[in-house]
Amino acid sequence: MQAIIEHPWFLPLTVGIVIIALFPLVAAYIVLAERKLLADFQVRLGPMRVGPHGLLQPIADALKLLLKEDVIPAAADRGLFWFAPVISTWTALTAFALLPFTEQLHVVDVNVGLLVIVAMSAVGVLGIIIGGWAANSHYPLLGALRSSAQLVSYEVALGLALICGVMSAGSLSMVEIVQAQLERRVWLAFDNYGLMFIAFIIFLISAIAETNRLPFDLPEAESELVAGFMTEYSGLRWGLYFLAEYASIIVIGGVGVTLFWGGWLRPFPNVSWLEVPLNVVFPLAFFLLAALISFRLSRRLLRFSRWRALLMAATGAALAGVGLLFLLPVAHPTLSALFWFLFKVGLFIYFVIWIRGTFPRFRYDQLMDIGWKYLVPLAMAAVLANALVGMLRAT
Amino acid sequence: MPVTYQELYFPVLVQAAIAVAVAGGMILGAYLIGRRVRNPIKDLPYECGMEPVGNARERFSVHFYLVAMVFLLFDVEVVFLFPWVVVFRELGWYGFLVMFLFVDLVLWGFYYVWKKGVLDWAAVRRAVEPALAGREAA
Repeated sequence: MQAIIEHPWFLPLTVGIVIIALFPLVAAYIVLAERKLLADFQVRLGPMRVGPHGLLQPIADALKLLLKEDVIPAAADRGLFWFAPVISTWTALTAFALLPFTEQLHVVDVNVGLLVIVAMSAVGVLGIIIGGWAANSHYPLLGALRSSAQLVSYEVALGLALICGVMSAGSLSMVEIVQAQLERRVWLAFDNYGLMFIAFIIFLISAIAETNRLPFDLPEAESELVAGFMTEYSGLRWGLYFLAEYASIIVIGGVGVTLFWGGWLRPFPNVSWLEVPLNVVFPLAFFLLAALISFRLSRRLLRFSRWRALLMAATGAALAGVGLLFLLPVAHPTLSALFWFLFKVGLFIYFVIWIRGTFPRFRYDQLMDIGWKYLVPLAMAAVLANALVGMLRAT
Repeated sequence: MPVTYQELYFPVLVQAAIAVAVAGGMILGAYLIGRRVRNPIKDLPYECGMEPVGNARERFSVHFYLVAMVFLLFDVEVVFLFPWVVVFRELGWYGFLVMFLFVDLVLWGFYYVWKKGVLDWAAVRRAVEPALAGREAA
């Protein structure tokens, strides 16, 4: 047993398996969070029926998808139709292997980690274009063409923005990028006297475009293309595309957090007196507040149904338990690092949902204009300006 | 610690294999569990209830090819930049100058592509509209 645990592949493989096992559940709950948040933006309640405040809705949705009929149109290319969503999911899930959750807790840290993630996301385009082509239907083909042109366009801007980050960090390894931010005493988003913030904004915009989210969700523009490349997909096949979309949001959020927001580092990692307030008190307060809200909701639910109130209370207790874990000195360094990483990724996801609730969709020519005529030249300028400032600072 | 590349990337390979297995398994599971009732109408491609006209695999706008080609150029540029930015401090001003010239050349190409209208998606309509108007008049 000891030999197994000490094997160098034990930690990577365990982390990898845990990620893949947990991911569908996490994605399902992100969908619930998104529906709840959008509902809140539009002054609605969102899902309320399944479980207390819709807490069991994701599980019901997953079951429904699993039991749905598996329809393949007669004209479709069966092999590719089968294969395309698998490519999308596969690339998105594999990119997880490169994300550094904490200094130790990651699947691998290779010296070109960032490049591998970018490569995986580039392969992901194939899943969309093959899916749209295989369906042999007009809407999916148009959706797939648009989508691949969009992804490909914004990938240039994304790559240039990432280059700015790499330039400041001086490494392509995800772990070393975070360590460089500890050494340079600044999150890379604020490096080079604020010049890096331009790169960060470009990254944000193209990240949203890369994940096909509104305002850039032209591939599935419902009003004109039904559902874009996904039109012919139903049941779990469609579910896989959905899964891939949320996986790529988390991955791109993880990349952004690692590169620009200091990864697992707490804010102001070099100010030592902030250690206790930010690593213990803040997470504790965060989870206890969530628990408190759950308990209050559960008391209100008691009037309607006992089991719903119980479930809500159990959720609250679980949240409080997670919060109390931060008081344990044994697990503390890993736990607070993990908390900060996930907290920042959560902030990114919240931001993406917020954008979705705020902006209307772009027209296609506007989309391509933003990508090529504004972001690419701006990103080029940012690369050169940051290189110049970096050189001047180095000499 | 793992030393060789094979050892370093092995967990990535395993993760990729598990990911494919999970994704494929989910589809297979749905295929086995779900009820299947087929009929010719249901197997038609979706066309808002109309019978689809012709094959979907028609020709499409040449713009998509052009964008793909421009992307290829720029992606190669980005790939060239990646190794430089990792070591640009060590390479010093000479490296900076050479890279600046390279980016400058690419930018001239970008300017050419821009002026040629490859990036104008609305211009396609502007070019087509007079022709359409002429046909309507006739």
